[in-house]
Amino acid sequence: MTTTSTGAVASEQNKNPLTQVDASIRHARFSDRLATGALYAISGSFVLLLIAMLSYIMYNGIEAYSGTIFSFTDEGIGNQFFNTIYLVVISLLVSVPLGIATGVYMSEYAAPGRTTDLLQMALETLSSLPSVVVGLFGYLAFVVYVGTQWNLFSGALAVSILSIPLITTTTYNALQALPKGYREGSLALAATPWETIVHVLLPACVQPIITGIMLAAGRGFGEAAALLYTAGMSTDINWNVWNLASPVCPLNPFRPGETLSLAVWASRTEGTTANAGDVAAAASAVLICLVLFFSIMSRWLGRAISRKIEGE
Amino acid sequence: MTTSTLAYRSAQTASSDIAIQSNITFNCRDVNLFYGKFQALKHINLRMERKKITALIGPSGCGKSTFLRTLNRMNDLVRGCHIEGSINLNGVDIYKEMDPLVLRRNVGMVFQQPNPFPKSIYDNVAYGPRLKGITQKKVLDEIVEKSLRQAAIWDELKDRLKKSALGLSGGQQQRLCIARALAVEPSVLLMDEATSALDPISTARIEELVNTLKNKYTVIMVTHNMQQAQRIADNTAFFYMGEMVECADTHTLFNNPEKKQTIRYVSGDFG
Amino acid sequence: MSRNIKWRREFTGRGLVSLCGMAIVILTLAISVFLLVRGSETFVTFGHSLSEFLFGMTWKPADDMAGGGKVGAALFIAGSIITSMVALLIAVPFSVATAIFITKISPELGRKVIRPAVEIFAGIPSVVYGWVGLVVLVPWIQELFHLPQGQSILAASVVLSVMIYPTITSISADAIESVNPKFLEGAYGLGATRWQVIYSVLIPAAKRGILTAIILGLSRAFGEALAVAMVIGKMKAFPTSLLAPAHCLTAAIASDMGGAMDGGELNAALWSMALFLFIMSFLFIVAIRLIGRKGQANA
Repeated sequence: MTTTSTGAVASEQNKNPLTQVDASIRHARFSDRLATGALYAISGSFVLLLIAMLSYIMYNGIEAYSGTIFSFTDEGIGNQFFNTIYLVVISLLVSVPLGIATGVYMSEYAAPGRTTDLLQMALETLSSLPSVVVGLFGYLAFVVYVGTQWNLFSGALAVSILSIPLITTTTYNALQALPKGYREGSLALAATPWETIVHVLLPACVQPIITGIMLAAGRGFGEAAALLYTAGMSTDINWNVWNLASPVCPLNPFRPGETLSLAVWASRTEGTTANAGDVAAAASAVLICLVLFFSIMSRWLGRAISRKIEGE
Repeated sequence: MTTSTLAYRSAQTASSDIAIQSNITFNCRDVNLFYGKFQALKHINLRMERKKITALIGPSGCGKSTFLRTLNRMNDLVRGCHIEGSINLNGVDIYKEMDPLVLRRNVGMVFQQPNPFPKSIYDNVAYGPRLKGITQKKVLDEIVEKSLRQAAIWDELKDRLKKSALGLSGGQQQRLCIARALAVEPSVLLMDEATSALDPISTARIEELVNTLKNKYTVIMVTHNMQQAQRIADNTAFFYMGEMVECADTHTLFNNPEKKQTIRYVSGDFG
Repeated sequence: MSRNIKWRREFTGRGLVSLCGMAIVILTLAISVFLLVRGSETFVTFGHSLSEFLFGMTWKPADDMAGGGKVGAALFIAGSIITSMVALLIAVPFSVATAIFITKISPELGRKVIRPAVEIFAGIPSVVYGWVGLVVLVPWIQELFHLPQGQSILAASVVLSVMIYPTITSISADAIESVNPKFLEGAYGLGATRWQVIYSVLIPAAKRGILTAIILGLSRAFGEALAVAMVIGKMKAFPTSLLAPAHCLTAAIASDMGGAMDGGELNAALWSMALFLFIMSFLFIVAIRLIGRKGQANA
């Protein structure tokens, strides 16, 4: 036994130190493997959590299915679905032109320095506002001071306040990322700055701007806190009335309009109707579908449009 | 012809291996390197002498930097990089018989851009020793001082060891990086165009430093500057299009090269 | 086209976009002024002190113009701070780990699987988070800890942590990606393993960006209303335990504003809460700007 152990020591000593791995390296290798495993586990578990949440929501949505849940009546969420889409469309009609124009102004006309800093600060302030605060402002400015009741249009304006910073920032960043040659080339052809913007710069930015708009739309669908006291939590639509002035006409933007996300909130906190749980489940599932649909659409549309423009 | 140049004329005879072994640090045999399908190094055969300065020269894209990085396996970090052939360090195959961490502790590297970590000067130099598991402050203090002295920057920095290394000038940063590499106590120092980002005065100081380092270390440096190779290198290897065209002692390579491409390159026809 | 029309268009276009830019600044100012005016009524009109509002323990505002109630909002403020802090404690390690994974461990999986998943996380509406929290998480907590009700600070924090996880992850990932690879090479060259490079060089070098991400996450958690309101229990009591139901600023505004009389003391107190939220979110921006400026000075 003694001979073998001394033999082992001797052969250890004979070995080239370059082929030896000391304790610090063994330790480092071990922690490296441990940490890598942990990072895989954490990232993987969040993907699993996402899959679990999405399937839970979809499963409950399907389970809540009944003949009336998707109907355009008081038991269904058809009216809320319509209100959601309608509200987001109105809000985009306001926020897209305003957002893009502001982005253009900031990037192309505003004097760099104080003006852009001021705008930047304003945009950052707007985008960091808690949506419930935006809702309060909207309630005061668009409902109380106008002297009206809760209505879709006020809700759309409140949502616009939330999406304008997003659209402006994406427009601004897209314009800033364009190569200088775009501007110089066009101006050298005697185009005015405005013509350069309309015919050269904006078309080159279509893809990021579309992505930004889609993102804003996706947030609009899910927004609830800003709508509590602006769009209101009731909906009373008569699908046979098409007189825009009527308070029950679906297309009248100046009527109260509960959206899907508000329906989720209301049915879980107030639970006034018998099928409140089912309404929340179904509305959540529909909301998730809308959001997923829009995020896929935004990628696809952005790519398709930029291909078309670059192809021409 | 002396024995060392014989070795450098990439003698193919295996019998001379053992006799020369003690003078050789790196011995590369038929090294091929691929990035995906692109072959960046073709059949490189090269030996490098211990405690000498070897310069690798050649036009950009010739593979000299890639080759330098195979010597401490930095290319392992590049996705899709694949290497064939053998590289021995002191008789041990660095790809088959050696842990890359052991290799990198024995073969230090200084990069083109000075890259001190965004930490204090002290923590930069102590980084390597700490990786080795050295935690005693007294030992670390000694290593930091010794390494900075070796890099000839101790007197300039001794009063601000706790200050950020990013506040130093480019030349100081590069010498700090040399000190950082020396603190791990390597036997070989690889320098990848280590002076190309520096002004002439800093460059001169680094060259002076490298000249003193060869008493203790083997230095292998990539340079695009032929004057620099002539000033400080003992041996020079010329790379072209992924091949090692010619290697000899510096004077011979620049004044009496054998290959046509070498003649054209050293006379400034291209590159 | 004549030169005249060309330049008239230029003038109109330029004027139009300038107006829009001005409108945004005015809108921001208007919001600030509205909040300042309405939020200060508690102190100006109803004569309460700032310290009563911030530190007072009794919340009994009168729902009329006469006032005379108590507006101690400490329990709401504490609820907001504690839930968002706990949410940060939960979310930050996971977020930073994911950010490291998608940038340095497996960029391939990161691009194809994890990043899209994080984007979907970010897109899920907050009420849906609240609903899932209410029907899944709250019963779990109730059962696990044998509580009379599962709605609690813990439930709110967990829901918030999932909500801020995508924000912190994607911004940290951008920060990590922008670390100059020369630092990493230097560390590898000294014989560091990947993990040693990550924790001793990569994370310190990206710390400003990660800090920015954390503040943005905190800001989002602090301002979130309905998801929290659904699971926090809305108990008007000072939070004493993670498992106890509590209340917070946003939930109070969301649930009480509807019933509060315009111009009354309760209404004014709720506006003061909104003003407090506004000031907090403004401070978060200032903090992020300071971090950015310091980063520039050091670079």
